[in-house]
Amino acid sequence: MKKHTIVALVQDRPGVLSRVVGLIRRRGFNIESLAVGHSETPGVSRMTIVVEWEDVEQVVKQLYRLIEVLKVSDVTNDPTVEREMALMKLHAPPAKRPEIVALTEVFDAKIVDVGANTMVIEMTGSPAKVQNFIDVIRPYGIREMMRTGRIAMVRGARGHTAEEYVESANGHAERVPVAN
Amino acid sequence: MSEKRTGAQVMCEALIRNGVEVMFGIPGGAIMPFYYAMWDYRDKLRHVLCRHEQGAGHAAEGYARATGRLGVCIGTSGPGATNLVTAIADAMMDSTPILAITGQVASHVLGKDAFQETDITGITMPITKHNYLVKRAEDLPYVFEEAIYIATTGRPGPVLIDVTKDAQQATIVPDWNIKLDLPGYKPNYRPNLKQVREAIKLILSAKKPLIIAGHGVIMSGAVEELRAFAERTRIPVITTLHGIGAFPEDHPLSIGMPGMHGWVHVNRAIQECDVLFNIGGRFDDRVTGKASTFAPNAKVIHVDIDPSEIGKNVKVTVPIVADARLALQAFLNEFPPDREAFAELHGHASDWMEHIREMQAKHQPKQQYFNRADTENMSLPPHDVYAALTKALNSRGNYRVVTDVGQHQMWAAQLIDWYRPRTHITSGGAGTMGFALPAALGVAIACPNDTVWVICGDGGFQMTNQEMATIVQEGIKNVKVAVINNGYLGMVRQWQELFENKRYSGTPLSGPDFAKLAEAYYWKGITVEHTSQVEAAIEEAYATDGPVLIDFRVEREVNVFPMVPQNKSISEMILESPHKS
Ligand SMILES: Cc1ncc(C[n+]2csc(CCOP(=O)(O)OP(=O)(O)O)c2C)c(N)n1
Ligand SMILES: [Mg+2]
Repeated sequence: MKKHTIVALVQDRPGVLSRVVGLIRRRGFNIESLAVGHSETPGVSRMTIVVEWEDVEQVVKQLYRLIEVLKVSDVTNDPTVEREMALMKLHAPPAKRPEIVALTEVFDAKIVDVGANTMVIEMTGSPAKVQNFIDVIRPYGIREMMRTGRIAMVRGARGHTAEEYVESANGHAERVPVAN
Repeated sequence: MSEKRTGAQVMCEALIRNGVEVMFGIPGGAIMPFYYAMWDYRDKLRHVLCRHEQGAGHAAEGYARATGRLGVCIGTSGPGATNLVTAIADAMMDSTPILAITGQVASHVLGKDAFQETDITGITMPITKHNYLVKRAEDLPYVFEEAIYIATTGRPGPVLIDVTKDAQQATIVPDWNIKLDLPGYKPNYRPNLKQVREAIKLILSAKKPLIIAGHGVIMSGAVEELRAFAERTRIPVITTLHGIGAFPEDHPLSIGMPGMHGWVHVNRAIQECDVLFNIGGRFDDRVTGKASTFAPNAKVIHVDIDPSEIGKNVKVTVPIVADARLALQAFLNEFPPDREAFAELHGHASDWMEHIREMQAKHQPKQQYFNRADTENMSLPPHDVYAALTKALNSRGNYRVVTDVGQHQMWAAQLIDWYRPRTHITSGGAGTMGFALPAALGVAIACPNDTVWVICGDGGFQMTNQEMATIVQEGIKNVKVAVINNGYLGMVRQWQELFENKRYSGTPLSGPDFAKLAEAYYWKGITVEHTSQVEAAIEEAYATDGPVLIDFRVEREVNVFPMVPQNKSISEMILESPHKS
């Protein structure tokens, strides 16, 4: 099974996250990561979902059944910028610190907190790069780690603005009367 | 206009504004404010008190299925709401427009396991088209408007609104100036003409074309258009279980039902056809059998209002996302007036039809049940009931038939002659036993001038038979019940007989004396044990001015044939029991 990255624009209403997740759960797929937050347009959120799927097309179509879903794109094969952030609390006694500092510099990571025996490092980058850094730093002893899950944006002029999908928000769509 | 109203009054007015006239439900603590308000609107909003919320849900479905209008059901919080769940799931599977209204505990105790609290919006998320939790009375006008719009448009379906008790009680000045904000919900009704022309090209190139008509034809009111299209092209027409009535079975182009209990000639025709035009059906697995082996030679044209149905089970050559009626109108408009092309198509179609009729004659579909040697020593073969019922329906007209789930349901689909839309109502997608009687209650209220026949198994009838009391309390007289009483969960027993070496595990079934049970509910009850009594019993049912139940004690171990075993190709049909007892 192939990993897919799906970007969804959704109306920000209570329960929308639960609906999207429920639809994926129903098919027994595991979500590898899911990131959601405000988009450029008020009232519209953008989600990035990473999941192993066989028939992505079908799931994408079913996502459209959800009333709040405006646009779903499978960007797996599109040129994208992908980012993820990880926070790591390391076991860092004074003797080990110079090595850790050197590594963070190589990876462009940031030291955001230093305690008596600990350091908190912030690492942002492509998911592969973040993973690399984690692998390298793990031997020093990671006490806690948190990852945001990836967010993905299509490069260049392609991709979808939220505005395209909210402009016709007002008024009823066509209603075809049911004949007997 | 800008007078003060309680939330509960707003709910009533929102329903009335949307043309609702009848609601089916049961009150309880969390929904009491709504019932309190309802009293003032009782001239316009009729409330039907059911005996179980599942019955209320099915009654709403029956009302919707008989009319195409919104059905409404009501339950209180907790168990009242969860009792609605089966009917909501049933409506989801069969695209039935119903609105379920549930009371919820007060907003300040939400999520604290208050008395009779259940998270009904959470529970019904996957089985509703959409649902809402309303905590503020101010939101009620908008939510009701949007909910009803969603339930009744596009591919219809169930919508649930859960209203906290305090939102029902709060006093507000409702704002009825509503503009729906639904950027993500834009059903596509009009077909893409390029696709329609593509499909027409395919049809004109066909030598063995078939039309398969589904529920969408009935829901969109496309029956006339379908008939015109079939007659113009002379393509044979199949009707699915939910497509029954979309095309009259006495029409020379009608060939019958496909699928698990479809006719041999229909399934064979599907396997042979080169172009399959599906209008408003969803290629359910009960139609396709093992999908990968379905219609192996066919290019498929699929018209469906729901894009997620297209290509889901069967590969499609020309997808058309549209309302079935508007699509067929486009086909009729776009069909070229090219006589030569037509002549060729007509030539092929009539050879093809001849071939299908030959297959049909060989297998004698309906006759295989009747006049058979092995039914001779049965005192009441089930088919004799269907023969007599069909005769009565045909001679008297003005009927609706509601069937439950099991063998009796398949026999009804196979053996009764169907002519008109919305005369055959059943639980198809979910296969919900216990559907028929409560659904018939809704049908009877919607169609007071029709005789509403319930055809039900002895198993399913015992799941919801308490609605007999509702029918009496409402003064409903046009419901007549035929219990096809075989003393088994018959359809399951049939599978056990055919595939599990007759291990009748959990299928022999006793019941009450159904006629006496009916009498206890102040119905007329009749028991029939022999073929010779069948016609008289049906006559008596018609002659009786009130609800009647006939307990048809049929031969116990009769099977529904033909049958395609589950997940087998529809080419592999079983035509009779391998072991005759
Ligand atoms: C609520 C529910 N429970 C179980 C089933 C499984 N089921 C399908 S058909 C059937 C037998 C129905 O028996 P009966 O109502 O007597 O009808 P018959 O098949 O004998 O005509 C059963 C148990 C179901 N469809 N619905
Ligand atoms: Mg039975």
